[in-house]
Amino acid sequence: MILEAREVTVRYPGATYPALDAVSLRVEAGQLLALVGPNGSGKTTLLRALLGTLPVDGGEALVDGRPVGGWARQELSRLVGVVTQREEPWAPLRVEETVLLGRYPHLGALSPVTSADWAVVRAALERCDVWHLRERTLDALSGGEWQRVRIARALAQEPKVLVLDEPAVALDLRHEMEVMELVRELVRGGLACLLITHHLNLAARYAHRMVLLACGQVVAGGAPADILRPDVVSRVFGWPVTVLEGPDRVPQLFPLRPEP
Amino acid sequence: MTRRMALLPVAAVLAIVAGLAFGASEPGPAGLVSAVRDPGSIPGQILLQLRLPRVLLAFAVGSGLGVTGAVLQALVRNPLADPYLLGLSGGAGLGAVIAIAAAVTSPWGVPVAAFLGAIGAVLLVYRVSLVGGRRLDPRVLLLGGVVVGAFAGALMSAIISLSPAPQLRSAWLWLMGGFGGASWQALAVFGAYSAVPAVLLFVSARHLDLLVLGEETAQYLGTDIERIKRMVYFAASLLTAAAVAVSGVIGFVGLVVPHAVRLMIGPLHVRLLPAVALASGAFLVLADLVARTVVRPLELPVGVVTAVVGVPLFVVLLRRTQR
Repeated sequence: MILEAREVTVRYPGATYPALDAVSLRVEAGQLLALVGPNGSGKTTLLRALLGTLPVDGGEALVDGRPVGGWARQELSRLVGVVTQREEPWAPLRVEETVLLGRYPHLGALSPVTSADWAVVRAALERCDVWHLRERTLDALSGGEWQRVRIARALAQEPKVLVLDEPAVALDLRHEMEVMELVRELVRGGLACLLITHHLNLAARYAHRMVLLACGQVVAGGAPADILRPDVVSRVFGWPVTVLEGPDRVPQLFPLRPEP
Repeated sequence: MTRRMALLPVAAVLAIVAGLAFGASEPGPAGLVSAVRDPGSIPGQILLQLRLPRVLLAFAVGSGLGVTGAVLQALVRNPLADPYLLGLSGGAGLGAVIAIAAAVTSPWGVPVAAFLGAIGAVLLVYRVSLVGGRRLDPRVLLLGGVVVGAFAGALMSAIISLSPAPQLRSAWLWLMGGFGGASWQALAVFGAYSAVPAVLLFVSARHLDLLVLGEETAQYLGTDIERIKRMVYFAASLLTAAAVAVSGVIGFVGLVVPHAVRLMIGPLHVRLLPAVALASGAFLVLADLVARTVVRPLELPVGVVTAVVGVPLFVVLLRRTQR
């Protein structure tokens, strides 16, 4: 089960430069790929192009070898679970109802929700540490709780590929680590995961491979140690950094302050 | 929550019985029994030929407007949406007023003109709202509905202001809505036009749930978003146009009943839509009962009753749930 971009090019109307310029990448089963890059480098645009919610102007996006446009949306939603960057519900759903929506890919228009569906919902709620919030309405959640509910919903889809766009942004220390450990455990079980983030240190600790995007182009791709190099990161992000080795022997970035 | 749901069918049946038992001429609740025993008698004829179709039409139109309001609120992601939002009432009103001003005498002249006016407005708003020729943007849909409605409203006012007094009065009464013209035939026509749209809307319930989360997330959870938006928009429009044709523009039901029911049982449409259908049907039957009895032998426009009774009820409900 793979997600693949081949030379994908996207131009927004009226823009001088393409938002994505012949970008290629592959996410495979049992692998966590981190897509990193500065704000506005095209990370979310690539997510949309890969998943067929944004038309491409060149190249192609493939899911399991088939062009993404050739999949029915419901078929696709059984394979790929997505946690987008932002989401604003307009009506106050309850937490368990929200996670139940993750079962909809597996339900027909009128088929009833079964106890097996509720069991999946419960397991997802428990794994994301939000079971105790199940009766609450969404407007009564903190930002981090809401984020964990959305990750639980993606797990309830029982996907083969998980796409997370800045999943850790609203999470506190413990929940950030718990979510990433959970993702790694799922990946070990055969899930493919595309993690989009500008949190380079987190990506370096958890990703098998990283792809660095800048101005819509792939600048570097490879193991975390190949990406977290002071020269590359300083140039792409426009700030001097140094790289140290963390306790688990993973390179970690440290931004420098200008000399006084 | 489930207990409240179970009360709705009971309330709907009680509303229908009350609607049958009371009216301008007074068989009353006791007369209802004798009318049922002897359908050939005068009370029996009043019941069968006048009251029964009227009550059933009020129930069906109420259900249609309620369900339409609920799905349009989900489509444009705004609790202030109602069935007339999309320029429909303006178009329907313009059609009806033209027919009235032209003194069309056929009994179906005004309803057909209203229906055509509504469909015309729907198509115009749809065309205006297509972004880049293929995407339907609900925010533009709202704006398009408002401007097309305002334009039709202005033309309608021009025609009314130039019309002689009797036509002016009948146009105004038509615009306020009512079931004075109810008949088995009107019920059959409404049923024929509303059956397919109603089924399509109920089948879309799960996609409407996903739309609560926004268009992008709905797609990642399996919704073919452009197809669903188009289908819901046209089904809702056809249902409303059919309602307007048989009963004029009855405001408020489609705005407030869905909102009130959502406050009570939550926003999931598999439960919400049937509950709204029952609640709005019952509400409109009772509103019509008040409209035709409170100033007997005259009748109030039912739209006046829906607002006068509904607004305070709604405010109470809103305050209780906000606490």
